[in-house]
Amino acid sequence: MGTIYIDGKPYEADPQKNLLHVCLSLGLDLPYFCWHPALGSVGACRQCAVKQFKDDQDKKGRIVMACMTPAAPDTRISLLDLDAVAFRAGIIEGMMLSHPHDCPVCDEGGECHLQDMTVMTGHDYRRAEFQKRTFRNQDLGPFVYHEMNRCIQCYRCVRFYRQYAGGNDLNAFSLANTVFFGRNEDGVLENEFAGNLIEICPTGVFTDRTLRNHYTRKWDLRMAPSICGQCGIGCNVTAGERYGLLRRVVNRFHSEVNGYFLCDRGRFAYEFVNSPNRIRAPQLDGEAISGEAAEWELQALIANRDQLIGIGSPRASLEANFALRQLVGADRFFAGVESKEWTLITTMVEILKRGPARSPSLNEIEHSDAVLILGEDVTNSAPRMALSLRQSVREQPMEVAKKLQVPLWMDDAVREVNKEQRGPLFISAPFATRLDDVGAMTYRAAPDDVARLGFAVAHEIDAHAPEVPGLHEEVRAMARVIADALKKAKRPLVVSGPSCRSLAVVESAASVAKALCSSGQPAMLSLITLECNSFGLALLGTRSLDEAVALTAKDRTVIVLENDLYRHLPANRADAFLESAARVIVLDHLANRTAAKASLLLPAATISESDGTLVSNEGRAQRYYSVFPHQTDVRESWRWLRQPQWSSLDDVLADLAKETPPLSGVVDAAPSSEFRAAGAKVPRETHRASGRTAMTANLTVVEPKPPVDPDSALSYTMEGASLQPPGALQPFFWSPGWNSIQSVNKFQSEIGSALRTGDPGVRLIEPKGEGEYFTQIPRHFARREREWLVIPIEHIFGSEELSRHAPAVEKLVFEPYLALNVADAGSLGLEDGSGEVEIELSGTKHRLPVKVLPDLPGGIAGIPHGLPAAFGEVFPTWRRVERIQ
Amino acid sequence: MLTVEEREEIEAELARYPTKEAVCIDAMKIVQRHRGWVSDESVRDIAELLEMSPADLDGVATFYNLIFRKPVGRHVAMLCNSVSCWIMGYEKMHKHLTDRLGIQFGETTPDNRFTLLPIVCLGACDHAPAMLVDNELHTDLGPERIDQVLEAYK
Amino acid sequence: MTQERPLTEAIPLDGQALSLRGYEQVGGYQGLRKALREMSPQAVQEEVKKAGLRGRGGAGFPTGMKWSFVPMGDNAPRPKYVVANADEMEPGTFKDRYLMEGNPHQLIEGLILAAYATQADVAFIFIRGEYKLAQERLAKAIADAYAAGYLGKKILKSDFALEMILHVSAGRYMCGEETGLLNALEGKRANPRSKPPFPPVAGLWGKPTTVNNVETLANVPHIIAKGLTWYQSLSRSRDYGTKIYGASGKVKRPGLWELPMGTPMREILEEHAGGMRDGLRFRGVLPGGASTDFLVEEHLEVPMDFIEVQKAGSRLGTGTMIVLDDHTCPVGMTSNLIHFFAQESCGWCTPCWSGLNWAKQILAAMEEGRGEPGDLDKLAFQTKFLAPGNTFCALAPGAAEPLQSALKYFREDFERHILEQRCPWKS
Ligand SMILES: Cc1cc2nc3c(=O)[nH]c(=O)nc-3n(C[C@H](O)[C@H](O)[C@H](O)COP(=O)(O)O)c2cc1C
Ligand code: SF4
Ligand code: FES
Repeated sequence: MGTIYIDGKPYEADPQKNLLHVCLSLGLDLPYFCWHPALGSVGACRQCAVKQFKDDQDKKGRIVMACMTPAAPDTRISLLDLDAVAFRAGIIEGMMLSHPHDCPVCDEGGECHLQDMTVMTGHDYRRAEFQKRTFRNQDLGPFVYHEMNRCIQCYRCVRFYRQYAGGNDLNAFSLANTVFFGRNEDGVLENEFAGNLIEICPTGVFTDRTLRNHYTRKWDLRMAPSICGQCGIGCNVTAGERYGLLRRVVNRFHSEVNGYFLCDRGRFAYEFVNSPNRIRAPQLDGEAISGEAAEWELQALIANRDQLIGIGSPRASLEANFALRQLVGADRFFAGVESKEWTLITTMVEILKRGPARSPSLNEIEHSDAVLILGEDVTNSAPRMALSLRQSVREQPMEVAKKLQVPLWMDDAVREVNKEQRGPLFISAPFATRLDDVGAMTYRAAPDDVARLGFAVAHEIDAHAPEVPGLHEEVRAMARVIADALKKAKRPLVVSGPSCRSLAVVESAASVAKALCSSGQPAMLSLITLECNSFGLALLGTRSLDEAVALTAKDRTVIVLENDLYRHLPANRADAFLESAARVIVLDHLANRTAAKASLLLPAATISESDGTLVSNEGRAQRYYSVFPHQTDVRESWRWLRQPQWSSLDDVLADLAKETPPLSGVVDAAPSSEFRAAGAKVPRETHRASGRTAMTANLTVVEPKPPVDPDSALSYTMEGASLQPPGALQPFFWSPGWNSIQSVNKFQSEIGSALRTGDPGVRLIEPKGEGEYFTQIPRHFARREREWLVIPIEHIFGSEELSRHAPAVEKLVFEPYLALNVADAGSLGLEDGSGEVEIELSGTKHRLPVKVLPDLPGGIAGIPHGLPAAFGEVFPTWRRVERIQ
Repeated sequence: MLTVEEREEIEAELARYPTKEAVCIDAMKIVQRHRGWVSDESVRDIAELLEMSPADLDGVATFYNLIFRKPVGRHVAMLCNSVSCWIMGYEKMHKHLTDRLGIQFGETTPDNRFTLLPIVCLGACDHAPAMLVDNELHTDLGPERIDQVLEAYK
Repeated sequence: MTQERPLTEAIPLDGQALSLRGYEQVGGYQGLRKALREMSPQAVQEEVKKAGLRGRGGAGFPTGMKWSFVPMGDNAPRPKYVVANADEMEPGTFKDRYLMEGNPHQLIEGLILAAYATQADVAFIFIRGEYKLAQERLAKAIADAYAAGYLGKKILKSDFALEMILHVSAGRYMCGEETGLLNALEGKRANPRSKPPFPPVAGLWGKPTTVNNVETLANVPHIIAKGLTWYQSLSRSRDYGTKIYGASGKVKRPGLWELPMGTPMREILEEHAGGMRDGLRFRGVLPGGASTDFLVEEHLEVPMDFIEVQKAGSRLGTGTMIVLDDHTCPVGMTSNLIHFFAQESCGWCTPCWSGLNWAKQILAAMEEGRGEPGDLDKLAFQTKFLAPGNTFCALAPGAAEPLQSALKYFREDFERHILEQRCPWKS
């Protein structure tokens, strides 16, 4: 730390940082565009100009860009200097020469960084009287809307999209004042993180195309802190509602989890909440009934507790699962997951609990300096993690920049000296993955061979780890290279998960991590989960769905919680299970085959309409809050199933913590409903929310009583404290003069790091011991005559159950296929897209078009996870595949 | 599709540079030499050969003024519009050329004989005004000289 | 006294290029022989540094010093590169073309010496696409140099090896800016790069790279062959050597002349360029290409070297003068210049892409008789806006130079345009 002087006042500053970073961290208002805390400095927009003085004698000074100048000790700068002030206003004036000034019809209006900066610099009068340059806009697909005329050429979009997210179908074209940012032709943006352009763009060039269908200004949204339920990562999001419709989801900064970015599944899946397939009213034997009647029916049906069987869900909250467990009793509560997958999930939890390796946060993943991925196409199974892994390959080359004394925030300079150098990222999976472009080495193999590589690496690192029998020489050589790189690293990381549905793969990953730890490395082990609460459900301690199905008690009442059993069981088994029950009670959001079997169907509130807690794959418990009060008869599942002594979420959490020791930390994930900031609740509506008294004036002139929220410290209205609440309760980011999402600056103690009031959530899983090596090493994969080992393939769009019901996501869901490699397809007389095959899945024959995946090992076939034809099939499975003539 | 010849010429360039990307401008110029311009299809083909995305390549193509992303006539006449030529009578030459050809900058004559473009200083300032037709420099222009030059390109 | 003209005296007067044989006959490649035989790379650097050679590309940076930034020794990153900047696109500048077309081997030898001095492995000549004849002659000369053992492995039987590649550009002024040039060579958009790191430390493909102007490099063989005392004696000033000066515009004999560094402007314009055409009066001059400040009558005695021209309020730049006469509209000329810079802005930093575009529009309107009273203030604001340090690279500050000096020296002309709502030079 050193002292710098800003307008004569001394401040402590870190010389490793740049002046813009320091000024913003000090809470000073200095405008900027091209700089972004996650993208670093490039000095393009010239907006953050300040005056710098050589010493206290220097009165003239010179203009420098704060973002490009280190905060070296004794630096003297002025923000208020008139030249600097005039220059900054001039920059805005220049940017606005061709900007259409169309704020009233622009979706960014009211949360536009360009608007904020324009006001901040005081530029308010247009002096230029010439024709503006105009562009043709492009159709960029269902997520992102393009309006190039608003562009101010800050280059953030291409820097994020290309350099940060690894996309290559968006670029800058042409030059001078006519630079065009777009694709080289119209078409869907290919990168899975394209939605971040909406927040990265400081004005309205890239806006949320889904929001356009039900547009609402930021100030009119009712917002709440929520958690993304679309995969196991648990990204923090802010969701907004008006008139009972969920309008959009934006990123909610969390320094350890998602930072500034989301994946497109997480951002655009929200629309399933508005789906016409929502279950909105309780039904008794198919007839709609009132909520009150439903409560009565439910009480009657569950009167005989001994006959109850509860099927929980990895996509339902801890509270909902716990309520069900309390209702039916721990020994009759089952995870709604088939046994093979359930074993995988529980084993993963055990591995992480046992240690020795620790599960890292995404932030730690981003800073790991050598990575081995076993069996996962992370971009499709845990998308946001892939973005962090993509950054991790920059860690080792950063050392080059450090040696040349290039400040690490000087983004372009660092990229110039590092060039294409990348740190070691090794990927072993059955097929090409979306991270291969940054992979140092990729190995395509059957799941068993992926595991064998893992075990071989473990053995190379630590001779105490069991040796892999019959290892091929090339694989051993590869294992040696990987082992070397991991051993040399300061922060090595192993990533694995359930995508291969292979216990051996996960166990081999655990062995590598243990081997590293045994040789003194602080190794990290990240195990992916596919559902948002898989680990939470596992920590509740239950048995698999198969065991429930095997029960033969008579006169059973089966309660299915937020789960479509037909995705986990073959249809005939699911039918038999549900039909053999005397009564079936289903709680869910969307109509599905399970719901169709319900005698009593109860509408369950979605994440956006309820409060609850989820445990991410990191083992982090995080609370989400309802964005808007659910409609009359839609209720939180836990509330339908509640114990008589529970009146609010706090009661559920208290019991949950008491009854389930591994989850005792959940109460600390967020403040209780009792929390008050300066004696008041935290408002979900902005201080500028308009129209409350008029919103329902077409129905009644009486202003309805504002809804109350017994479950949280948030109010549903704009009434409340204007203090910064604890991180978990932060409903939106907004600050005087900072209307865009970049107002998050004002909520961080230091730019880019934790929220001043703390990042939300608690880690529940910490390693306890030294672990043990797994010894079940599978044999080398041997293909079979005329049979293929069928494995599932994860897809960011389509594999997850709920998100595919969002119209925008639905447009990008995969077409059905069966994947084979070229030779295998050829052996059936087929090539890519040239014909169909027949395959039996879940007991029925299905026809599927063949897709050629060149990298797939011979003897392996792939089927997209989430393909309805494959629901209930347990993977991997050997199947005959016949060509249809 | 790239012709065998184009492909071979591009591959010869590849041997001289450490990355494929470094050859992309040369590659576009090779195709342009053969076809007169670089079409969307050529952008895709070259990008594929050099393991770039079409957007990568087009971002480069649209930066440089000697890469033509629109079809041009049989001959490309480029009239210097920089300062020395301007002093020496560029505006008259411009008028004369556009009158004679019946087209403006950026256009091609209906018979496809000439495309007319402006160009920056040709380094012939001591013999201004100057113009370049298909890589050949013509200096000390006046109306008659321009007529002669145009005559020479059929 | 007949003045020595080392850079140009061997250039054939018939418009042909000096052949390899011809070059050798006038002492060509002797500098290289001497360096390889008896000088260490550091000694070559040292000699050039002591000779006081300053870059002829416009900025006048000391060449030997630039070379000394390149990491040397066995641990230095490899490969290292040298690049001859033959992009010459500065309006009004035509000296490098003359050197390349007339004596390509001189450039090649200079580049080899630069490579030897920095122990580079690969040399590029980055030449603009429009210079077709120079390209052909350089290509032939490079082939001849390979055949004669001046390039390739074991150059002149020493352990020094060098590959030389002629790279033909695809246009854009920004390619002349040395980091933009590096991006262009890498097959990218020619945006400039952040400095630091400077190219001698991390340039092409992240490796040490030195970029020098054609004329700069053409000086090097002579310095090495004939020594620095001789070299320094060539000059009439504290900036050493000769300089290729040029003049264009309405002078009697536009052209190029190699003269002692520090030759006064009046001498060049009157004795060599023959003075103004009959009936025209001198009004001003851009002393070193389009991106230098106007000088006027009172500056005619200024010795044309880096130090003195700067003192007079402009820059030596490329030393090729563009002369403004009294029958040519200064506003029109400024408008033409700003149009060029606005068009060639790479589009990276705001003051440049927006400010120049605006200035261009104001000037064009003024020329068309649509000037407005506030215009001069707006233009003056732009010149401050585009000052060095305010923009990312030197293009925009370069553009501001003719604009700010035109506003200073030709203010009445601007005012008349606005007052009369027309260009007084247009009938
Ligand atoms: C916009 C711009 C264009 C330039 N164009 C050229 C050029 O065409 N040729 C050149 O030698 N230097 C040019 N320069 C200067 C180079 O950046 C660089 O200083 C020069 O090549 C270094 O060589 P020297 O040290 O031998 O002069 C240009 C600079 C700028 C800012
Ligand atoms: S001054 Fe800025 S926009 Fe202009 S050429 Fe340089 S970097 Fe590009
Ligand atoms: S200004 Fe036209 S050739 Fe130089």
